[in-house]
Amino acid sequence: MSDTLGWFQKLLPSRIRTEGGNKKVPEGLWTKCVVCNAVLYRAELERNLEVCPNCSHHMRIGARGRLNRFLDPEPREEIAAGLEPIDLLKFRDSKRYKDRLVQAQKDTGEKDALVVIKGTVEGFPLVVAAFEFRFMGGSMGSVVGERFVRAVDCAHEWGIPLVCFSASGGARMQEALISLMQMAKTSAALGKLSRAGIPFVSVLTDPTMGGVSASLAMLGDINIAEPKALIGFAGPRVIEQTVRETLPEGFQRAEFLLEHGAIDMIVDRREMRSRIVRLLSMLTHRPITVG
Amino acid sequence: MNLNYLDFEQPIAELDAKIAALSVAGTDPAVNLNEDITRLEAKCQTLTESIFSVLSSWQISQIARHPQRPYTLKYIEHIFTDFEELHGDRAFADDPAIVGGVGRLEGRSVMIIGHQKGRETREKIRRNFGMPRPEGYRKALRLMEMAERFRLPVLTFIDTPGAYPGVGAEERGQSEAIARNLKVMASLRTPIVCTVIGEGGSGGALAIGVGDRLMMLEYSIYSVISPEGCASILWKSAEKAPEAAEALGLTAGRLKELGLVDQVIPEPLGAAHRNVETMATRIKRALLENLSQLDQLSMDELLDHRYRRLMGMGAYAQREEKTLVMRGTGAPPVQTRSSVPTKE
Repeated sequence: MSDTLGWFQKLLPSRIRTEGGNKKVPEGLWTKCVVCNAVLYRAELERNLEVCPNCSHHMRIGARGRLNRFLDPEPREEIAAGLEPIDLLKFRDSKRYKDRLVQAQKDTGEKDALVVIKGTVEGFPLVVAAFEFRFMGGSMGSVVGERFVRAVDCAHEWGIPLVCFSASGGARMQEALISLMQMAKTSAALGKLSRAGIPFVSVLTDPTMGGVSASLAMLGDINIAEPKALIGFAGPRVIEQTVRETLPEGFQRAEFLLEHGAIDMIVDRREMRSRIVRLLSMLTHRPITVG
Repeated sequence: MNLNYLDFEQPIAELDAKIAALSVAGTDPAVNLNEDITRLEAKCQTLTESIFSVLSSWQISQIARHPQRPYTLKYIEHIFTDFEELHGDRAFADDPAIVGGVGRLEGRSVMIIGHQKGRETREKIRRNFGMPRPEGYRKALRLMEMAERFRLPVLTFIDTPGAYPGVGAEERGQSEAIARNLKVMASLRTPIVCTVIGEGGSGGALAIGVGDRLMMLEYSIYSVISPEGCASILWKSAEKAPEAAEALGLTAGRLKELGLVDQVIPEPLGAAHRNVETMATRIKRALLENLSQLDQLSMDELLDHRYRRLMGMGAYAQREEKTLVMRGTGAPPVQTRSSVPTKE
């Protein structure tokens, strides 16, 4: 990447030029699209909701960032923030689960991989949950399961819709069978919401796999995916090993799922707010709101 | 080496072979070997008892997948009468990796659903090694909804390495098929009793495993991921499967301790395949006991208990004000729903 940036570096004022032969892109100011290689101005990328202005590649975004961009600034109330993971099984592989948790908490500033906030979008009240993929691959353990259930309970109590942005590798192995049971737990809770006639919109973002895909993420009244998001039950590598052939281009991408009837639509992140509000207004018989 | 025995069972295999040889020779009236046979049989029993009293999690995993392990249809044959198998998901195909149908348990009509593995090579392939595709789960769903309509309890038998990871399965919505079963089973208006008879492989097992009671045979396993899969991801080597099996705590005994499993059904000496009839009798007794307990509940109570049971699954801490309340560490370790109000 230094080759393509060499000429560019020279144009930069010295104070933001990287020092001492470190040829990395200056952190925080410029970034590069991993798909089209375009060099992007960070601030502009941020304004564009982390979507490449050049090729529309949707970059992964964290849970807080997602919620901040999706919700109105006020009012906001975080749900079940006091829940914290514990290592009941004293699970240890090459590292201890306990240490992995501490590291993930340090890296992300989150206690676990799901953040839930009750708030509004264009004035429309709802509960929104978002997965933090950087927290152990957005894996679902007890805290994620319980927070999701609290999100459902909150939506149920207030009679307002639930939206969940998923980004997860699946169940959290370090919580063993307890994590598998979170699939049943979250799905059961969604049944309660269905019976109460409260809409659940599931937004599948890159990537949504395994136990999260095979539970809450596929159970939306409306399933929405971001463009080109990888979505599936088994990971591509596992399938390749099983069927012993190369998988077709676009396999398990959002467009593939739309074609096969698994999702209702693909929505560009920049239109996500307005499209979801429009859908929810109709499902809840609200008059047209001007956003 | 006898392929019908696992490596740690080979000493038993040798004794069994000796006993068999003596039994043949014993048919000659000139020699009386009865005493020797009796002695060897006693020795074999002691040996089996001692081997089976100290099994590791990995060895139990191997028994759960033993080539001679009885599969769902075998138990159906022994436990139920009038079984009529029902086929197909009405949309795409019939999946032979899941069998289902109506039958009678001591005269009472029930719906039976289970994973089915094959014994011989051709049958193994036809049954896809017990790995269902979406149409299998959708057949199961169809039968469960039928059971609800006709007030038949649902009895499921779990024995799968996992849901099939294939191109077609993904195209037809493997995730959605599993997810929908979880949601529907959680509120199906009829009692559901699930029994793990062999391998409980992750979401592929859970998709017919949500109910009012979860039982496991003594040497069955239930896990979020196979020991090999877990080892290759977390240890970067499938050869660490024995360590992974231990860490995952996938045995019936351990899961019972954790409160995730309600009942462990003891297996006959040397595991279920050594005496299918005894095993089937024990499963049948457990099914009848559990059904009669569930019969005491009204439908609303039944569903309420089932829902609360599911919501209670999880181990976490909750920070309230400045005190750190640890949950999931007392007895039972897996906590029931916290008393803290939902809204914070």
